[in-house]
Amino acid sequence: MGAAHGGALTARYMPGGTAVHRLEPHVKLVSVLAFALVVVATPVHAPWAPVAYAGYLLAVLTAATVAGVGPGRLLRGLVVEIPFAAFAVLLPFVAGGPQVEVLGLSLSRSGLAAGGGLLAKATLSVLAATVLAATTEPRALLRGLERLRLPQVLVQILMFMIRYADVVGGELHRMRVARESRGFTGGGLRGLRVLGATAGALFVRSYERGERVHLAMLSRGYTGSVPTGPPAPVAPRSWAVALSLPLAAAAVLAAGMLAG
Amino acid sequence: MSAPPPSLLVEDLAFAYPDGHQALFGVDLRVERGERVALLGPNGAGKTTLVLHLNGILRAGRGSVTVAGLPVEKRSLQEIRRRVGVVFQDPDDQLFMPTVGEDVAFGPRNLGLPEPEVADRVAAALAQVRMSDAADRPPHHLSFGQRRRVAVATVLAMQPEIVVLDEPSSNLDPAGRRELAEVLAELPVTLLMITHDLPYAAQLCPRSVILDGGVVVADEPTPEVLSDARLLADHRLELPYGFSPAG
Repeated sequence: MGAAHGGALTARYMPGGTAVHRLEPHVKLVSVLAFALVVVATPVHAPWAPVAYAGYLLAVLTAATVAGVGPGRLLRGLVVEIPFAAFAVLLPFVAGGPQVEVLGLSLSRSGLAAGGGLLAKATLSVLAATVLAATTEPRALLRGLERLRLPQVLVQILMFMIRYADVVGGELHRMRVARESRGFTGGGLRGLRVLGATAGALFVRSYERGERVHLAMLSRGYTGSVPTGPPAPVAPRSWAVALSLPLAAAAVLAAGMLAG
Repeated sequence: MSAPPPSLLVEDLAFAYPDGHQALFGVDLRVERGERVALLGPNGAGKTTLVLHLNGILRAGRGSVTVAGLPVEKRSLQEIRRRVGVVFQDPDDQLFMPTVGEDVAFGPRNLGLPEPEVADRVAAALAQVRMSDAADRPPHHLSFGQRRRVAVATVLAMQPEIVVLDEPSSNLDPAGRRELAEVLAELPVTLLMITHDLPYAAQLCPRSVILDGGVVVADEPTPEVLSDARLLADHRLELPYGFSPAG
């Protein structure tokens, strides 16, 4: 289980009243997506690419500062990037073409650029997403996605995930306590078998809960869509504030292209 | 002027599950408008199966269910589900929206009501269960008793003809049990309450029906049912130690 009070998913959210917190969720989503697109559109092999990455980093760190998201929170957000990072680090060793000597290792020049570019782009995008996650409540994000016309089915699946993460987590926790209360310590092949059975039981229980929830929804007139309230109007100023991040990045990109 | 039709009229209802297990063998039950009726019976008696017929989740094999004059049929389902508010046993099954207020609004919005009326109904329903402060909170931040009261509010917001409660007092601490009773006692609706908690039935429902083996075996004023030791024993019902139905 996550934080005792907020629950597993809400723990990622940092309450606050900064300008970034106050922006409408769908406006922030558009902003982060646009920023990521500009970052990804940067040509990896251009000589000015590292300068552009530095410019983007400056832009996203400025946004994080305005939002009051500290370096610790940003670093924790980067954890999701580790599998990509591992792949990026491999590239200079496996790619072909002209080689370059670094600390006695023979590395591919184009592999270095590609790996470095991949790492930089992933890191910048994840940083922007971390700022979004830290300043927007999960359910507000959901409303934002809905407003951006993400299909209802996907929104509902995400909504149930947010709602039931703690319920299922609680169930898992009780099963663990019950297991350990009967002397189970885990480890070894037998431990894996027991954990497999636990996962199976948890799946069946969750499936049955899903059926009960569906029944309760039908009983209140559910016909396939979850109706929400009317969307709040968005001030043009919100768009201006939110889009300043991708626009700054686009300016960096344009400058690079003109200069290069 | 003729009297209003009964809130609930069940006639000769029989039902077998697809696997052949027959759960109901001809149930007759008439609940007048404004009545509070306890539905008692051992586990496996068919109580939950009966409830699932009342709002058309299960369809009668034989017989009929009528809610305030409207028969439960495929084309009347949406209106039937407005008229019959079922509060299920586990509030975590019932409360699935991100906040309490949105959850209470779920039913009225399914009815296609305009937003100002949805807001009025949410406020009124939460006030009826004394949970007005909780509208913006996520359900998992509430205590179990609070969640159960919110579950009651989710069906009250539909302005139902009859509220059906499945084991309302289960898993509640004594204070939560009493608070829920206070809320239920004040509700101006017809009430059908499935329960094993006989003192709760005595406190809230003037009339009790015992269902066993898929048929109604007793339908009497609650004090009479609870003081018939033989009847209770025959149907695996027991009063808690020290409880006297007369007192």
